[in-house]
Amino acid sequence: MTYITKPKLRHPGIPVNKLGFTHRDYEGTVSTLCAGCGHDSISFAIIQACFELNIEPHRVAKLSGIGCSSKTPDYMLGQSHGFNSVHGRMPSVLTGANLANKDLLYMGISGDGDSASIGLGQFVHCVRRGVNMVYITENNGVYGLTKGQFSATADKGSKSKAGGSNMDSPLDLVSMALLIGATFVGRSFSGDKAQLVPLIMAAMSHKGPAFIDVVSPCVAFNNHAGSTKAYDFVREHNEAVNRLDFMVDREPITVDYAPGTSEEVELHDGSKLRLAKLHADYDPHDRIKAMTYLQSHAAAGELVTGLIYMDPAASDMHANLNTVDKPLNRMMEAELCPGSAGLKSFNDAHR
Amino acid sequence: MSQIKAVNDFVVKFANVNGSGSASANEMFARSILRMGVPVASRNIFPSNIQGLPTWYEVRVSGKGWLGRRGGVDLMVAMNPQTWDKDIASIDPGGYLFYDSSRPVPMSRMREDINIIRMPLTEICNKVYSDPRQRQLFKNIIYVGALAQLLGIDMEVLKQLVGEQYKGKDKLIAPNHQALQMGHDYARDNLSSLCGLTVEKADAVKDRIFVNGNDAAGLGCVYGGATVAAWYPITPSTSVAEAFARHCKTYRVDPETRKNKFAIVQAEDEISAIGAVIGAGWNGARAFTATSGPGISLMQEFLGLAYFAEIPAVIIDVQRGGPSTGMPTRTQQADLLVCAYASHGDTKHILMLPQDPRETFEFCAISFDLAERLQTPVFVLEDLDIGMNEWLCEPFTWDDKHTYDRGKIMTAEELEAGKTFGRYLDVDGDAIAYRTLPGTHPTKGAYFTRGTSRDRYAKYSEEGAVYQDNMQRLLRKLETAKTLVPKPVIKMAREKARYGVIYFGSTAPAMDEAMASLEAQGQHLDMMRLRAFPFNDEVVDFINSHDQVFLVEQNRDAQMRMLLVNECSLDPARIISILHFDGTPITARFIISAIAERMHLKSKEAAE
Ligand SMILES: Cc1ncc(C[n+]2csc(CCOP(=O)(O)OP(=O)(O)O)c2C)c(N)n1
Ligand code: SF4
Ligand SMILES: [Mg+2]
Repeated sequence: MTYITKPKLRHPGIPVNKLGFTHRDYEGTVSTLCAGCGHDSISFAIIQACFELNIEPHRVAKLSGIGCSSKTPDYMLGQSHGFNSVHGRMPSVLTGANLANKDLLYMGISGDGDSASIGLGQFVHCVRRGVNMVYITENNGVYGLTKGQFSATADKGSKSKAGGSNMDSPLDLVSMALLIGATFVGRSFSGDKAQLVPLIMAAMSHKGPAFIDVVSPCVAFNNHAGSTKAYDFVREHNEAVNRLDFMVDREPITVDYAPGTSEEVELHDGSKLRLAKLHADYDPHDRIKAMTYLQSHAAAGELVTGLIYMDPAASDMHANLNTVDKPLNRMMEAELCPGSAGLKSFNDAHR
Repeated sequence: MSQIKAVNDFVVKFANVNGSGSASANEMFARSILRMGVPVASRNIFPSNIQGLPTWYEVRVSGKGWLGRRGGVDLMVAMNPQTWDKDIASIDPGGYLFYDSSRPVPMSRMREDINIIRMPLTEICNKVYSDPRQRQLFKNIIYVGALAQLLGIDMEVLKQLVGEQYKGKDKLIAPNHQALQMGHDYARDNLSSLCGLTVEKADAVKDRIFVNGNDAAGLGCVYGGATVAAWYPITPSTSVAEAFARHCKTYRVDPETRKNKFAIVQAEDEISAIGAVIGAGWNGARAFTATSGPGISLMQEFLGLAYFAEIPAVIIDVQRGGPSTGMPTRTQQADLLVCAYASHGDTKHILMLPQDPRETFEFCAISFDLAERLQTPVFVLEDLDIGMNEWLCEPFTWDDKHTYDRGKIMTAEELEAGKTFGRYLDVDGDAIAYRTLPGTHPTKGAYFTRGTSRDRYAKYSEEGAVYQDNMQRLLRKLETAKTLVPKPVIKMAREKARYGVIYFGSTAPAMDEAMASLEAQGQHLDMMRLRAFPFNDEVVDFINSHDQVFLVEQNRDAQMRMLLVNECSLDPARIISILHFDGTPITARFIISAIAERMHLKSKEAAE
């Protein structure tokens, strides 16, 4: 079924993508988050990525758990169906949705509390299962919505606004994603649009479980000196392993990157990803090396950002389950019900 | 010494050790009687254990076709020294004890009012077989051969069953035939005429099938169009998911591409299982999960979301003895309340209460229609007795004219034509709103699903009036549900009755027998079998048209009574509870004595 979207009157100067959509068409309702919240920048990067990739908004399903971060699907892609589910359990809902219709682009948006605390189990198993999705955590090290308690990603020794300090070891979702079989793993910073937008675009073009952890300072509860998820802290300790340039068949988005060695990777849908290497020793196709690299930099107090790992030949849950090409939600009795004829053999076998 | 004499009407109980290979031999025994045209009801009573603990298998032989448990034992096949005393004690006076006499048993541990049939099974096996595993396995087959001789079971039928069981492993057929024959010949030469129980060929089974409820549930989900199943193993529901997988392999693999028209996920827990079912239901696939009580407890938060966000889901709960791990391999009807009111806040859910595997098949299939029509979770409440025992039922049937009711899903064409879409807008007066599926239309019909309060157009709102409007509509939706769920089955007594009896689920066959027996004694009661919640008007009418009703249920707290009194604003004094909750399936004898006692007391009270 194709419908031609009726042309709207718009200012001639506003950029339009190949589908004739402007940024506006990818926006959602007005955000109710705190002014300056990192999460809003991430929403904007997602909108930008969809615009650049010429994605039809209604072919995206956006799912989330509960938290400030999990509210953001409402603030983007107003023409997409969204599902704000329960705290920490979005991964299972996304899994089921994906099983029902393999043809949509599934975006899971979550927080560090949602994915690393209450929902750690679901996060891990969803990735393990190879669900084809883009899973983004908006990581601020705290529970924003319940006013600033530590989450499981808070660094040991980091201080809360209320004055307490965290004595528990932090959980790094990026390391974990690598360990449990994510086939695309990246990390970025909400304030680094130039890095974040192409990273999201590449994740959206990846077939398989793609995970991006985005450090996203909470201005209300976690952006003060002593917090490792604060704007200044991240800027100072950011260790980018590469720069991305994502190209769709015709017009590449060109970003002015520092020259150096570069490498082109073709993705399953024919689009290309160019990695401008900042570190010659970094190989994003080697899971083991990526893990070692991450750990040694973490030990040195550096936060590795960029495309950390990608398997261009990844497959997904539907391939593992050998499901038919037609989405399961479009099948009716003719395809699904064996009818009275099918019962004859069943009855005979039970006498 | 008295001897119970009976033809085609007795109870045989096998006492075995779990994991000793007795299960398949015992089932073969039951099937051989069925093949002779005599109805049989069999029940496994097993521990939560893989090997070593006591297990029993009870075979009710009933030419009249009573398929519930009767109560009592006529012939005990006592193969487990651990449970000897209890097993001996359970035999009816004049009944029979068959045991392995290889080791002597002191007379003090016998009973004088029963008939004893001794067979040195271990000795015989040790003589013939050298491999310990063979000794064990063939011991079971040998006693089946001996019992066949004692009871008059056709050896040819047994041999044919062996042939069917080992089809493809033909090497095993001859040794099993030999073992059967060995048992038979020993009994003929040494034990003849010791047993007064007889099986005679009859024609009372007809074309009925012998099937368990979980197998039926898995098949019902295939027929009902389920394409997504997510589950986490738990006794006694595990075999539902396994059956679904097996039936999907038969019926749902595309013959050309060899690809699957189904997806099964073994989730990491029940929370994830119900989450995946809700995600799939939201996205328009028919999806279900199968679990038992502890799983239902874990699913509570999600069930509230599905109720409030109005997402179809089917949950098959095979009930077992609770609370907590309780009696995980025993049967109960004790999840009624936790399912009917699952989750926090004000919630009510649809319950389906099948009486046997055949109805389980039907109810599972139509649950997907109900879930999509009503856009809400639907529970199918089996119990361990239905789910894990083989029941003799009418063959399954399917109406090929039945089409799936997908409920109110607004299409792209309707949206394009300008039809008003309000996700929570009651346009037809039945309290059911239209939904759209993700990906339907580029610019129309998208909405945001959430567990937070919202207005009729799915816009977030915590305004009191808006919230109440929605909650009231959800309550009205339940009124619509009452007209759609299966009605109760009512059977009026031959004579006008002041008393009625209400029951549901696996109690049905024992109840049928109990009522026939009470009727023969001149006690007349009208019967109503509940088949669903919310209760339809017929349920209330039945109760109101009797002075008092007995409500028979298999739980401690009279949960169905609470539901009835609460939901139908009934006078509690009208409903007298009869409760059976020891974890074994209810028996006809239990019901008869419970009702007789209460009716007697009533008439005595009236006289005083
Ligand atoms: C079962 C349950 N427990 C607790 C809560 C309360 N709660 C809401 S959001 C939240 C934490 C969210 O933290 P995070 O995912 O990091 O999101 P952020 O607000 O920081 O973006 C909690 C504990 C809930 N909604 N549900
Ligand atoms: S509390 Fe923190 S996370 Fe929540 S909206 Fe405000 S800044 Fe963002
Ligand atoms: Mg957070």
